[in-house]
Order: sequence, then C-alpha cells, then structure tokens
Amino acid sequence: MPGTFYTAPSPDADSFVKVGDSVSEGDPLCIIEAMKIMNEIEAETGGTIVEILLEDGQAVEYNQPLFVIESS
Amino acid sequence: MYKKILIANRGEIALRIIRACHELNLKSVAVYSTADEYSLHVKFADEAVCIGPPPSNESYLNISRIIAAGEITNADAIHPGYGFLAENAEFSKICKDNGFDFIGPNSDIINAMGNKAQAKKTMVDAGVPVIPGNEGVLKDAEEARQMAIEMGFPVMLKASAGGGGRGMRLVREESEVVHAYNTASAESLAAFNNGEMYIEKFVENPRHIEIQVLADSFGNAVSLGERECSIQRRHQKLIEESPSAAVDDDLRKRMGDAAVAGAKAVNYVGVGTVEFLLDKNKDFYFMEMNTRIQVEHPITEMVTGVDLIKEQIQMHAGHKFPDYLYNMKLRGHSIECRINAEDPDKDFMPSPMSIISYHMPGGKGVRVDSHAYAGYEIPSYYDSLIGKLIVHSPTREDAINLMERALEETIIEGPKTTIPFHQAIMKDDTFRSGKFDTSFLESFEYNKEEKET
Repeated sequence: MPGTFYTAPSPDADSFVKVGDSVSEGDPLCIIEAMKIMNEIEAETGGTIVEILLEDGQAVEYNQPLFVIESS
Repeated sequence: MYKKILIANRGEIALRIIRACHELNLKSVAVYSTADEYSLHVKFADEAVCIGPPPSNESYLNISRIIAAGEITNADAIHPGYGFLAENAEFSKICKDNGFDFIGPNSDIINAMGNKAQAKKTMVDAGVPVIPGNEGVLKDAEEARQMAIEMGFPVMLKASAGGGGRGMRLVREESEVVHAYNTASAESLAAFNNGEMYIEKFVENPRHIEIQVLADSFGNAVSLGERECSIQRRHQKLIEESPSAAVDDDLRKRMGDAAVAGAKAVNYVGVGTVEFLLDKNKDFYFMEMNTRIQVEHPITEMVTGVDLIKEQIQMHAGHKFPDYLYNMKLRGHSIECRINAEDPDKDFMPSPMSIISYHMPGGKGVRVDSHAYAGYEIPSYYDSLIGKLIVHSPTREDAINLMERALEETIIEGPKTTIPFHQAIMKDDTFRSGKFDTSFLESFEYNKEEKET
C-alpha cells in the first residue's frame, strides 16, 4: 500500500533492522504509515538483510520493493 | 486556489481533469493500479502513485490507499471524476476529515440526493415538478397496491436506495403489484442494504433530458442548458446532444429554472446535473440529481464555451462564477458518440484488446476526449469506454453530417468498437428527424453486413 516508510518503531527508537542483520520470516522490518495508522511490515522470508532500499521518511507506493534479503 | 489536486480516477476523465489542472497552473497527482502503469493519465500528471493491483476494490475504490497517496504527495484537494467514488458520501467525508478539499458536494448533499425518495420530497418542497406518486416511502406491499389502483396503471415501483435500473419493477396489472414489490425490495436490500420502496406513475416512452447546473459557494446557481440523452441501451447512454430537438426556448427556461431551484434547495456547490423525463405532452418531471461531473459534459462545453472542469475546481476553491454565465445562450449544436471497446455484432461484448493502429479525426468542429493511443493495451478490469468523439456545428443537421465525416475518419484497429453502430444511427431517418424517445434503441435494427455493401 502507499504511505511513508519508517525504519524504526518510533522517532527516537533504534531501527528495526540494519544491513547484515539476520531475520526470520515474520520479523517486523519497518513501518509504513498511512492515514495516521502505523502498519508494521513483516519479513516474507528468513535470511540476511543485504540492502535497505528506502530512506527513513521516504514516500512509498504499491509494489515498490523495500528490502533485499538473502534467504538462508 | 489549490496548489495540487489528486485525481481519484483513471482513463479519459482523469486525463480531462489533468488538462484543466495544467491550464489552471496547478499540480496534478495521478493514482493508478498496476494495470494502468502505461496509461496516459499517469504519463500526463505531474506525479503518479501506484496504489494497488488491478481490481477496483484494491485500487480506485480503495479509500485508504487513495488518501495515503494524497498524504505522501501533499495534495490539497481530491477530484473524484465520475463513477468509482464520485458519489460516495463516506469518501467525501473522509477526504474532509483528512484535510483534503473534495471537488464535489459534501456528504450530506450526496446522501440527500442519493436517497431517491428523499430527493423527490426535497424537489416537491422546492416547487420542482415530480412524477406523480406517493410521498416518502411505502409502508408495505399493500399500500403499494392501494396507491397503484388510485393512480392508475402502469406504475413503476422503485427502490429508494437504488440506481442504474436496479430495484425497479414496471407493473401493468393489479395482480402483479405485491410480488413486484417484494422482489424489488429484496433486490435493493441485497444490493444497497436498504429495502425501502416508493411508487410512481410510469411515464411511457419519455425523453431523457438533463440540465447542467453550476453553483458557487455564495448561493448563486445557473443552468447551462439541456442535454438530450434518450439514445440509451439498457440504461447506458450511447449518444448525447445539446440542445435537444424537443426543447424550445420557453421549455428550456422553465426546465432550467426548475433545476436551479432544486440545486439551491440543497445549497449545492459545484457542477451537478438534474435529470428530467419529458413526456409526449412536453410536461417534465424530476427524476434524479447527479452530484458529479458527467461523462457527456463536453457537449455542454461546446455549445456554451464554458470549461466545466475548470469552473468546477474554481467554484470549490471559493470563486464566484463570472457574470457572463447568467443568461447563457446555447450556440450551435453538439453531438457526442461514446466509443466503447465492444462488439456491436455480438451483443456489445467487451473487446479489451491491444490497440494496433489509432488515428483520430480532426478539422473544424471536431473534439476527441480519449486516453487511448497506438500500442495501448485496454485493461479488462474497468469500463469499456475508449474515448468520446464530439462535434460542434451551427445546426443539428450539419452536426450529424459532421459526425458522419468524423466517424469515417476514425481508425481504431485491434479491439472491436461501437464505431459502426454509431455510423448506422447517424444514417437513421428517425434519429435524423429528432423525433425519438428512450425506446429508440429497443426498436433500432442494426445490421452491419447490410451497411457495408
């Protein structure tokens, strides 16, 4: 869905993930905010974060890739 | 004036609104489903946001995604176009609650006009002639039966929340009333969550004449003349014209005054259309009010010179409309043919194919409103309208001849289109005489093979 991409659960908290982290399927990776609702986006697959494709606060649209994860 | 408008629509109307935005020097935002990635409205807008997969309920009907798109682009207003969410009171309210101006009426007005029984009552109070019938909603099938006997048959049972022909039953005999009432009410309950019914005298073979109204936020409203929309197939308009061959100056003034009175009664702002039925005695009756810009708006633009979309945006931005709109005289005659990607030889079966070659007509008095182009793949998820061909000429006969010339020049290869069907109508004696009503297409014999030889 379209919205604003945030790397952390709140403005002063640490990012959910950074490059190099290991994640499991279902782990929260980021937040997409729309209409004042914070939607937590979960990892679709387990593996290692290779790249984070957006910056904190950037606008995102439908079908836009967010992370590159190397499956383990 | 707004700085940026998000267009919550697609196809030719999205393009139309984007053009008006360009002319008003304001930014436009297109939203699109993945099926419309290569659509012209996406290319022409200043910004575009993909809001979902092809199905409408996940894209063009999805309120939260559309609002989200407005948030990330910082739009200050949202234009709903026609269809989709244009007459959705909830959407109007949600836009407002989220800080966007809605280029359309507020939710109260949409609800008032959307409830057909209530709209009728409002018109009665404003002195607008309505089809004889009951007041408000019927208590039950028995009341319907009593009223039908009183009024005389044939009668029309209609659902208050209905539209587009649904929840409607024509009843010619007393013995049919109760069954018709029960089935129509159940149909409406299922489709619109509301089974309330009302009853009207059935006007036999009327003409469908609608009045374009423009209203500013200072309580001023004008009529911009009528549109003749009787050429309909299954309640879908195919050809529209302005003025109507059945309307003289006196009738035009009376219908215009009635439409303006109706609009003022609900404190309408923006563009709206009041639909009337005209019977054989030239008596007119209010049918319904459409609280949006309509598909056929270009023919009014041609005969008045007014840009309805620009005026609409300006009305909502708080401008008063210019003085010259009062006492507007219609100039010349305009006809519109809706070019649909449908096969008239196969009962108008949709033909969503890629357009291989595409050449639109030109020359004096010819206008094309279309989002199509050579190489465009018509998606199968939405309506079949590829474009509108509009002509404007000094007289009706001239305009029909001009439309024939323009249709002949139009080339669309790939999908089947309704072009040959329009050509057949332009040649038809009854159509050319101007003496037709809403039953015209029921008895129109279309035979393509005959026309080709």
